[in-house]
Amino acid sequence: MMSGRAIATSRRLLKNRLFLYGCLAGTSIAILVLCVLMISIAIEGWSSVSWHFLDSFASRKPAQAGIKAPLMGSVWVCVICALVAIPMGIGTAIYLEEFAKHSRIKRLIQLNISNLSGVPSIVYGILALAAFVRFFGISSSDDHWSIGDSESFFYLHFPFGPSVLAGGLTLALVILPIMIIASQEAFRSVPQSLRQGALALGSTQWQVIWRVSLPAALPTIMTGAILAMSRAIGEAAPLLVIGGFLLVFHTPTNLMSDFTVLPLQIFNWAGRPQGEFHKLAAAAILVQLVVLLVFNSAAIILRHKLQKPLQS
Amino acid sequence: MSQPSALVPSMDPLTTTTPPPQRAEETRPASVAPPSAISMRGFNSWYGTNQVLHALDLEIAPRQVCGFIGPSGCGKSTLLRWINRMNDTIPGARAEGTLSLHGIDLLDKTLDVVDLRRRVGMVFQKPNPFPKSIFDNVAFGPRLHRVYSRTDLEELVEQSLRASALWNEVKDRLDSSALGLSGGQQQRLCIARAVAIGPEMLLMDEPCSALDPRSTASIEELIRELRASYTIVIVTHNMQQASRVSDATAFFYEGRLIESGPTDILFTNPKNRQTEDYVSGRFG
Amino acid sequence: MIAVAARNAADIAERGTPCSLRMRAWFEGSIKALLWSLTCFTVVTTAAIISVLAYETYGFFTIQNHPEVSVWSFFVGTEWSPLLGAQPMFGVLPLVAGTLLVTTIAGIVALPIGLMTAVYLSEYAPARRRTVLKAVLEILAGVPTVVYGFFALTFITPYLLQPLSNSFGAYNAMSAGIAVGIMILPIVCSLCEDALRAVPQSLRDGAYALGSTKFDVSAKVVVPAGLSGVIAAFLLALTRAIGETMIVALAAGGLAQLTANPTAQVQTMTAYMVQIFLGDAPAAGIEYKSSYAVAFTLFLITFFLTWIGALVLRRYREEYE
Ligand SMILES: Nc1ncnc2c1ncn2[C@@H]1O[C@H](COP(=O)(O)OP(=O)(O)O)[C@@H](O)[C@H]1O
Ligand SMILES: [Mg+2]
Repeated sequence: MMSGRAIATSRRLLKNRLFLYGCLAGTSIAILVLCVLMISIAIEGWSSVSWHFLDSFASRKPAQAGIKAPLMGSVWVCVICALVAIPMGIGTAIYLEEFAKHSRIKRLIQLNISNLSGVPSIVYGILALAAFVRFFGISSSDDHWSIGDSESFFYLHFPFGPSVLAGGLTLALVILPIMIIASQEAFRSVPQSLRQGALALGSTQWQVIWRVSLPAALPTIMTGAILAMSRAIGEAAPLLVIGGFLLVFHTPTNLMSDFTVLPLQIFNWAGRPQGEFHKLAAAAILVQLVVLLVFNSAAIILRHKLQKPLQS
Repeated sequence: MSQPSALVPSMDPLTTTTPPPQRAEETRPASVAPPSAISMRGFNSWYGTNQVLHALDLEIAPRQVCGFIGPSGCGKSTLLRWINRMNDTIPGARAEGTLSLHGIDLLDKTLDVVDLRRRVGMVFQKPNPFPKSIFDNVAFGPRLHRVYSRTDLEELVEQSLRASALWNEVKDRLDSSALGLSGGQQQRLCIARAVAIGPEMLLMDEPCSALDPRSTASIEELIRELRASYTIVIVTHNMQQASRVSDATAFFYEGRLIESGPTDILFTNPKNRQTEDYVSGRFG
Repeated sequence: MIAVAARNAADIAERGTPCSLRMRAWFEGSIKALLWSLTCFTVVTTAAIISVLAYETYGFFTIQNHPEVSVWSFFVGTEWSPLLGAQPMFGVLPLVAGTLLVTTIAGIVALPIGLMTAVYLSEYAPARRRTVLKAVLEILAGVPTVVYGFFALTFITPYLLQPLSNSFGAYNAMSAGIAVGIMILPIVCSLCEDALRAVPQSLRDGAYALGSTKFDVSAKVVVPAGLSGVIAAFLLALTRAIGETMIVALAAGGLAQLTANPTAQVQTMTAYMVQIFLGDAPAAGIEYKSSYAVAFTLFLITFFLTWIGALVLRRYREEYE
């Protein structure tokens, strides 16, 4: 008399087991994909990576082409982006988390920020094209005025045109919402008791922020900043819209220089039909992935440091 | 904000003096007992529309330990946080009536709360040292509004740590993190931190409730010593603790002051039934 | 002894030189104003995006001598051929359909796998394995999308799809969809995991106490309880898929056609914009302006989806906080 109950139980256990396998399979796919991606690109690109590849400019002949210009372009653009987006993101987060009272307006601003984080990056490119490259058409390219001349390192002209400065600002627009949200979470994780303690000693609001909240939140903020920057370094679409040049034969010398970035160079090579250029694209991707891994390791190390509690 | 005594028809004969003038010390009539550090008349407080303190009349004498006792939720912490205006940080918290510290109106909207909090130190329920070194924790308050020479600052940190009976334990590791200290040490560090700003008064909100019995004993000992230098208000859940450390005790129940007076009288010979029930552990 | 130290401390505390009070108030005020203006900048950004897109789109619809451009024909037209032939056609539906097709494929790939992985991470995985998996996902999330595009073009199509069926061309919606799916997988996963971990432990304990298996708890308690969070995660991930540009520009092809056939090449809204901004279309020309109308359409769709996602997310945060 095998009871119905026993059968039901064994069926439930079977289901349980199948479900676990399903979950495991799903998880393995993520890892598998990462491995296949890395390996296939490594196989294709490995032979092209060389010092010559890193140190020469683009060329119509695949054997002579290199990524010096996009590599330096990426560095310039990302530094500008970081200098703008990280302080602005932290500042906005401070206002929202430490100063702003709970109100309808705060809720709307918050909603707006999460909406901005969902705006496709190519749309930011369109905004940047109008705002930074053309200054909304206020001054046409003929009568633009400038500071310094194109030889000096502080050269600036208005509007910016498709320059590294415009590129950096564009990427800053893209990652600003991400940066704000990450910093806000960091401030939220600072225990309220620390703020109370500082206030009770006679701190003004800014002193509480500067001496207690910000130092306590900083490691988390930096982790978020690194992840945001790893997004910025891989962005191509918005820079393509503002006219990041696909073929550049010099490295930037000042904020008004033409530029291209690694992802754009990859896009350019990947889009060509010849297999030699695909090899170059794969090699450039390898360089890009190494940079990415460095960024991610930095984030992981920072997070380990974070294990130190803020409170006993 | 402060209302004349019309709101307070009958007051305890002991505390009925002329309404506190601006500078109590200077104009005090010679006949009355020492001036109060804290005095409140018809003091009411709300969170939003929820009134949590009702018509309190209480005087707290200087250089004494005053204990606040009462069941949880009766408003002890709320009252304490009005004395250094920490309630300003809670949206919707407001108060009416008179509350003054040495004659200074504490409910004045234009009062410089930053300055007030330097005169009234506070110690919290759970030790909350900053994630900084021991030295930086103690030097935190002094550095906020004044500039000290390095030697003065070191001297100040040492004296504050001595005043909180912590110096001997930490003098060799002032630069290590405060989070490495034990719970009792952390709480004494928080007391040192408050002492270092040179306050005249210390507020302590259940300072021992997160500590083990031995640390509790050392903090109690410290409080008794500190009484010579500061006016101390301590909130406690623990009746024995109140009877051990406080000179005067006030018993609150559901937002009202039921009884107040010298600790030994309140504990041995309470006038009020509720007080008697509470101190004898029959409820709460 | 202690009293002496306390008196000394008070004396020394008096010794310091006070900082100016007036300066302090002024400083606090200006810092606050500065931070406030930074916060306003986010609102200005949104306003600027909408104004630029609206202005240029208005320019597109009111362009002279082009009878084929009207708001109605733009939104319901089924042919998009701005660059071909004597008579350009501006019906946005083929582009929208292309985007939808790629997004659907991406959703089919990423949503189930992402949710499964999230369940594994939040319910099954031991702490160590969890950290490792999260790191892998973080790396996947950081891989530039142009890399996924390259992967689709040079690996997924020739080595996965074409062996299956020779109807797959060099450019096809399927490979782009799969690559976009891989790209949004980490997003689905981490947002779903957040939603599942927010489910209170007490609910799980209650179910286990009734003799449930882990499957019962996960599938019948945890996921339903975190459902609004999971839905929000799906919406946000699909929004990313809709706005994805470089993958489709590389792998999906360049032919705008109204089709649901995954082996065919399609053009998405974003891919069209790339084509225009990359090419030498004259800035005053109608093709150039049409890309703004497309961008506005894209912006409205994603803004709407993110908005819904944020509302759902807020709902579930309120449930458990
Ligand atoms: N931040 C707050 N907002 C609203 N109500 C509060 C807040 N803090 C305390 N209360 C309410 O005020 C009353 C008194 O609280 P509290 O002063 O903390 O009591 P006690 O310290 O005596 O336990 C309680 O009923 C509590 O619910
Ligand atoms: Mg309390």
